[in-house]
Amino acid sequence: MMAAVPLRGDDATAGWRCTLQLPWREASVSLDSAHRRIALCGPSGAGKSTVLRAIAGGVEVRGRVKVAGRLLSDSEQRLCVPAWQRGVAWAPQDALLLPHLSVRENLLAASDALSERLAEVAALLELERLLARRPSTLSTGERARVALGRAIIRRCETWLLDEPLAALDPPLRRRIGDVLRDEAIRTGRHVLLVTHDRSEAERLCDQVWTLDGEGLRPA
Amino acid sequence: MSSPDLWSAVRLSLLCSGLALVLTAPLAVGLGWLLARRRFVGRGLLTLIVMAPLVVPPVVTGLVLLRLFSPAGPLGALLRRLGCEVAFAPAGVVLAAAVVGLPLFVQSARSAFEAVDPRLEEVGRNLGWAPWQVWRRVSLPLAWPGLLAGAVLAFARALGEFGATAVLSGDIEGRTRTIPMAVYALLELPSGDAPTAGFVGASLLLALASLLLHEVLVRRHRARLAGGGG
Repeated sequence: MMAAVPLRGDDATAGWRCTLQLPWREASVSLDSAHRRIALCGPSGAGKSTVLRAIAGGVEVRGRVKVAGRLLSDSEQRLCVPAWQRGVAWAPQDALLLPHLSVRENLLAASDALSERLAEVAALLELERLLARRPSTLSTGERARVALGRAIIRRCETWLLDEPLAALDPPLRRRIGDVLRDEAIRTGRHVLLVTHDRSEAERLCDQVWTLDGEGLRPA
Repeated sequence: MSSPDLWSAVRLSLLCSGLALVLTAPLAVGLGWLLARRRFVGRGLLTLIVMAPLVVPPVVTGLVLLRLFSPAGPLGALLRRLGCEVAFAPAGVVLAAAVVGLPLFVQSARSAFEAVDPRLEEVGRNLGWAPWQVWRRVSLPLAWPGLLAGAVLAFARALGEFGATAVLSGDIEGRTRTIPMAVYALLELPSGDAPTAGFVGASLLLALASLLLHEVLVRRHRARLAGGGG
């Protein structure tokens, strides 16, 4: 079992309070939910990945981002916590592993990575035999699992997961999905999970939201 | 005119080109990164100034340097007071080599940094690394073989430098007579082409070895950048 991670937020501050002015939309979109684990569905190109990157601080977007009671940005107050100080773990859609590092080094790359959890996370995501390999020698599914591991091994209480299971075969996808959900529930993590699979979204998260041409709303 | 000494010329060429490379490397890497990743006022002008020696005739480059660094020139007078002679001295060979090699190094460095996926730098920031750490842990290691390739190219160009060196440093045996200067000096001797063979051979060997190394490094750069995506 993974060690419990101390959380900054409590039930009163749990949830997502985000209003974002995505560059190509006239009206801003809002994600306002007291739930910790949110699935984000919707058609390709609607801006789901941009929402995650905006919360992570990777793209500058006007609006306000508050997650787990912590204000990360507010353009009205001219507040913007730099990406490297946000303490949110992001697993990007294309894995984006650092190609000059081994799998082990990628997993432990974050400044807040918990090295004592390496064996545990590697076992959960079935990465034990890949630790010494370079990303260029991995399959797409293996890279996706490493990217997921790099996110969940961190101390941060928020996980932004961009289709982390899409490249996995169905049995593994279900297994890893269950591991993710159990870990998130047990440690009280905030999770924003982008997925195209509606049933998976309902199985793994507390609430499903949809982002499409009409905006962002609970499904 | 004395008959040029092959090893003296080779030694001087390698020493001056190497020194020029060491002196310009931090500037070339810094400029390459700046031009690849930052947008600022005067960026076009800076590019123009850095790249000018690529298109300006080397003799003209030498003339400009001579105007600046001759004992009567503004920079030459200043350096003379500090005890450093540039014109018609080995320092002039180094300066000419640095100026003609810099644009190739900067251009390679710029391409090397541009080839690094900016999303990997975004990942670095998300991993909790401050911008300078992202540069050291992501941008620099991924661009490294490309930077080395640029260094080799600049070194090879410096080895072959003739026009600017001739104007700025002249042809003084043992002091400023590099390989190309020695070949030119030999052509003016009545003894014919035979003595030039050693110089031409040394010159070709160094140039081809540099190009081969450049090619190996470029391939390694491409291989290093591959394989991070899903």
